[in-house]
Amino acid sequence: MSYPDDLRYSKEHEWVRADGSQSTIGITSFAADELGDIVFLELPETGATLKQFATFGVVESVKAVSDLFAPVSGTVTEVNEALRDSPELLNSDPFGEGWIARVELADPSELDALMDAEAYAAETG
Amino acid sequence: MTAATTPTELRRTPLYELHRELGARLVPFAGYEMPVQYASILEEHRAVRTAVGLFDLSHMGEIDARGPAAVDLLRHALVSDPAALEIGGAQYSMACEPDGGVIDDLIVYRLGPERFMVVCNASNRETVAAHLATLLEEGQYEATLDDRSEAIALIAPQGPRAAELLGGLTDMDLDGLANYHSAEGTVAGIECLVARTGYTGEDGFELFCDAARARDLWVALTERGGDLGLRPCGLGARDTLRLEAGMPLYGNELDRDTNPYEVNFGRVVKLDKGDFVGRDALAAVAEAGPRRRLIGLEMIDNAIPRAGYGVRRDGSTVGRVTSGTLSPTLGTKIAMAMVPAELWGIGNEFEVVVRDRPYRSQQVKLPFYRRQRD
Repeated sequence: MSYPDDLRYSKEHEWVRADGSQSTIGITSFAADELGDIVFLELPETGATLKQFATFGVVESVKAVSDLFAPVSGTVTEVNEALRDSPELLNSDPFGEGWIARVELADPSELDALMDAEAYAAETG
Repeated sequence: MTAATTPTELRRTPLYELHRELGARLVPFAGYEMPVQYASILEEHRAVRTAVGLFDLSHMGEIDARGPAAVDLLRHALVSDPAALEIGGAQYSMACEPDGGVIDDLIVYRLGPERFMVVCNASNRETVAAHLATLLEEGQYEATLDDRSEAIALIAPQGPRAAELLGGLTDMDLDGLANYHSAEGTVAGIECLVARTGYTGEDGFELFCDAARARDLWVALTERGGDLGLRPCGLGARDTLRLEAGMPLYGNELDRDTNPYEVNFGRVVKLDKGDFVGRDALAAVAEAGPRRRLIGLEMIDNAIPRAGYGVRRDGSTVGRVTSGTLSPTLGTKIAMAMVPAELWGIGNEFEVVVRDRPYRSQQVKLPFYRRQRD
């Protein structure tokens, strides 16, 4: 299993695509597959503050409720509104159309605490 | 083939290897390793509502009761009246404790004048078997009990095309097999008890066969069902289907502290048939009315209600959600909940507490979903 090279990954199966001080976050295909059909999300509001590795929302599959853990600290500048009506995007395109939020990074050096694609692939076996 | 056992020594049905071949996600359930889903719970659920889904229910209990007094034993052990069953008939029933608390909900099939089969939940099989055995001993009934659960496999094709599927594999008169009836016959050359019963709210069948033939039967149904849109279905879809159909699940809606009247199944209790375990307690409930009642809720606000979540009215907690989900068929967020009987009322608003915040819901009629009938 290989994962997109341009992303960094957390142990809780979230990813970050960083672009200077801006970033996009989401959950990985591994997480989405584990969850099964995703039917609901509780997302932060624009302007919310995220703290790396703290919970920032909830993702629900048919059978289970799971916390979302922020892979980076920062301010939410945009939330993917498409997920409200189409949570299944997290299953079909978790690294693309299923992006969860855009975050202005508080501290880009936090990315060093995350795994690269190769390390994440090894982690998820 | 190595027989790897899991640390908790979970049991396996005769179809375990087949589930693995199909890529099922296996989970512990009632001491068994069972498929919760194959590809997708939503897809499996939709297959049952629109075509045909295939379930392995071999973990469930099948207890034979035979003899001249088998009917008397069962009349005493269950709240319903098995004496009212014609041969080939079946009835939904419950076994209760003397205080009226439910031991299990089950279906009893009459296979002959002196032959009955009790099909009960996997999680309660030993309890039900012990309950019947105790009463048999105490009452000295001229009857024998035989727990045949290990020897019998149970495969259930459920959905609007289930009859079409089965029709291509049997000479039995399926048109003549009415709901809640069974008949012995062969399906794909395999001897089965074919029952028109199910837990999905759709037309469907439950096929009881020898455990040794289970795989052959499943494969035959799957091969035939390919053109009909057949999907193997796991326990995840089984749960969303029965919830939409307003059916209780033991462990959620039913337990030792709940009586049949509280879950809207008072009609199953035949107080006039004579004495049975729990009669006095249940007669008192019938007289006074149950103090709690199971209701259907549909969310108004945007949150999914789940089992165990608190239910509030006018700011105070009045009950709990017993089961909840996003309904795949209806698209609404639905739940069953136990609340004080005096709060019952279609349209009444309640709040469901989700992650410490209240979300509005309203009571709706049960079932949430009812299939179109011809």
